[in-house]
Amino acid sequence: MTALTDILQGERVGHHRPWPRLSVTPQTWRAVAGEFAAGRLALLGIWGDAGATPKMEPMVHMAIMEENSGDIAVVSLACADGTYPSVGAVHPPAIRLERAIHSLYGLLPAGAPDMRPWLDLGFWDVQYPLGACEPAPTDRPDYVFLPVEGESLHQIPVGPVHAGIIEPGHFRFTAGGETIVRLEQRLGYVHKGIESLMTSATIETAAKLAARTSGDSTVAYSIAFARAVEAALNLEAPPRAQHIRALMAEFERLANHFGDVGAICNDASFSIMHAQCGILRESVLRAADACFGHRLMMDRAIPGGVACDLAPDGANLIRRTLQEAAQRFAGLIELYDNTASLQDRTAGTGIVRTEWARQFAAPGYVGRASGRNFDARKTLAYPPYDRLDFSVPVMTAGDVNARIWVRIREVEQSISLIRQILESLPDGPIANPIGGGSGEGLALVEGFRGDVLAWIRLEDMRVARCHLRDPSWLQWPLLEAAIEGNIVADFPLCNKSFNCSYSGHDL
Amino acid sequence: MRRTLLESLTHGPLTETAPSPGDAALAELSASLERTARRRLGRSLAIREVDAGSCNGCELEIHALNNAFYDLERFGLRFVASPRHADVLLVTGPVTKNMREALERTYLATPDPKWVVALGDCAFDGGIFSGSYAVTGGVSRVVPVDLHIRGCPPSPVEILKGLIALLDMQTVKRP
Repeated sequence: MTALTDILQGERVGHHRPWPRLSVTPQTWRAVAGEFAAGRLALLGIWGDAGATPKMEPMVHMAIMEENSGDIAVVSLACADGTYPSVGAVHPPAIRLERAIHSLYGLLPAGAPDMRPWLDLGFWDVQYPLGACEPAPTDRPDYVFLPVEGESLHQIPVGPVHAGIIEPGHFRFTAGGETIVRLEQRLGYVHKGIESLMTSATIETAAKLAARTSGDSTVAYSIAFARAVEAALNLEAPPRAQHIRALMAEFERLANHFGDVGAICNDASFSIMHAQCGILRESVLRAADACFGHRLMMDRAIPGGVACDLAPDGANLIRRTLQEAAQRFAGLIELYDNTASLQDRTAGTGIVRTEWARQFAAPGYVGRASGRNFDARKTLAYPPYDRLDFSVPVMTAGDVNARIWVRIREVEQSISLIRQILESLPDGPIANPIGGGSGEGLALVEGFRGDVLAWIRLEDMRVARCHLRDPSWLQWPLLEAAIEGNIVADFPLCNKSFNCSYSGHDL
Repeated sequence: MRRTLLESLTHGPLTETAPSPGDAALAELSASLERTARRRLGRSLAIREVDAGSCNGCELEIHALNNAFYDLERFGLRFVASPRHADVLLVTGPVTKNMREALERTYLATPDPKWVVALGDCAFDGGIFSGSYAVTGGVSRVVPVDLHIRGCPPSPVEILKGLIALLDMQTVKRP
């Protein structure tokens, strides 16, 4: 008997796969929030739903997980009067998600500690675009940053346009001398309205939008979207397609981890690592281009399977690329490990405490560098990972150094996974036809940054509602916490070690 | 570290031969570049990158231009941290409404003469994001664009072709 089945009482909604969705009362909704606060359940996401059919009552959905067993469920609460009990009131990780639901749907979390808009920066012609979608009021109050009080404090506003070639967002630092007292993020600058564009779209168009939610995780998003559609329609991709998907997913992880390890060291002014890791990243992207016809492998994983097979000589090219990359990378790890001046910057910097990682169910290397032993590939063991041999590296220091080492160990695991996939690559078709029908599906797929959640409701092969939750939603707030007490000059280093997505978050 | 450095010295450079400028890019540019400005700037351009709502795919490929294979700086092209230091704004994304003002202000902060390069399919006309309440629908709706580099995302070689075309305008006769 798990905590999930203990707590959940409600009417099971049909056609939701592979995990159940239950329609619950406000009392059960509150009880679930209490379980988060007590640390017995993990929050995976909260999202609004007004549905494509005008008759449908607005509602909020919440994906929850019992971490030890990997049991997942979705609970849904109808918001007849446009409100629902705030989860953020007792469980802070929900706060931004609820603020976003309010800005997009107009649904109010009753008792919420923070009701400032999120994603809506006051530049749209409409308000509540996924809900009432009415003309935006002209007399909106200015956005107020949280107050900071104390002697001799000063503020540093940064962004949305940053100094490097990175995505836009606003950071408001309050510092006492060199030391950061508070960082407050304001995001939403790259909000493109992807979920609105997906509503009523064909599966094909929605898949393309999903692939462009966060370009560095395009493979992970495509697989998550495809798996959600397949769950909704109760079909499976053929074994060969599942292997090719995993191959691309591990390629994406390698390319990003190589890039990140180099870029983090570069932010500590150790540019030789950046140059060397850049070569490794490029070699992976070139191999991806040769094998799958696109450097970032965009639009290659599609609902039903994959769009292209591995190029004829692809397996050999991949083996050669990996052999050389593994050899070069080993030398670079040694270089990192033996450079005290570099370690001086990364060790002890930007610590995410293990209790924070647990509370936020922190995805990816952010969680795993702070003791959270979760990897969707392992815990949920979706194919083909159920048949592959790999370990999930976990560390507890929670600093920049730990986030680097988790990546290094994951690179080693990915290289081993790719070799196993190539050895066990089954023959057969690369896609199954996706017939017709309706249904609801949920998928959780481990991207390089962490688990990407995709939820979809299909009505007659059209997307009635699709929600994509980037892992960054549960990592950005931890960056605010981790940077406190560090010096301003260490922010780029910390930020890069998180490497949160702006586009995936802003959607 | 010594070993890594020595290896770099003994192995030949990874940097590859430059691609020739793209024909389409040359045609588009010949209309927009002033000869005098070209003379003044010579063969060196400072680029300020502005992400105006991209999925980050274009940024990844722009980053790649700095790696050893493409080595952007050998062409006199370099990325700068401020629009005040820039000759070229390299803009990606469909220009979200939330980024429109920031893009306009970045454009105004860039000294004349300046050029705007719109990079990627969604920077061209909004691409797949067209029609959303949250996007304006392409860079040229917000600031004047001198060159479009298409692709989703364009490969580093395609980006290089476009940027080299910007530099090579001295040799092209105006129509």
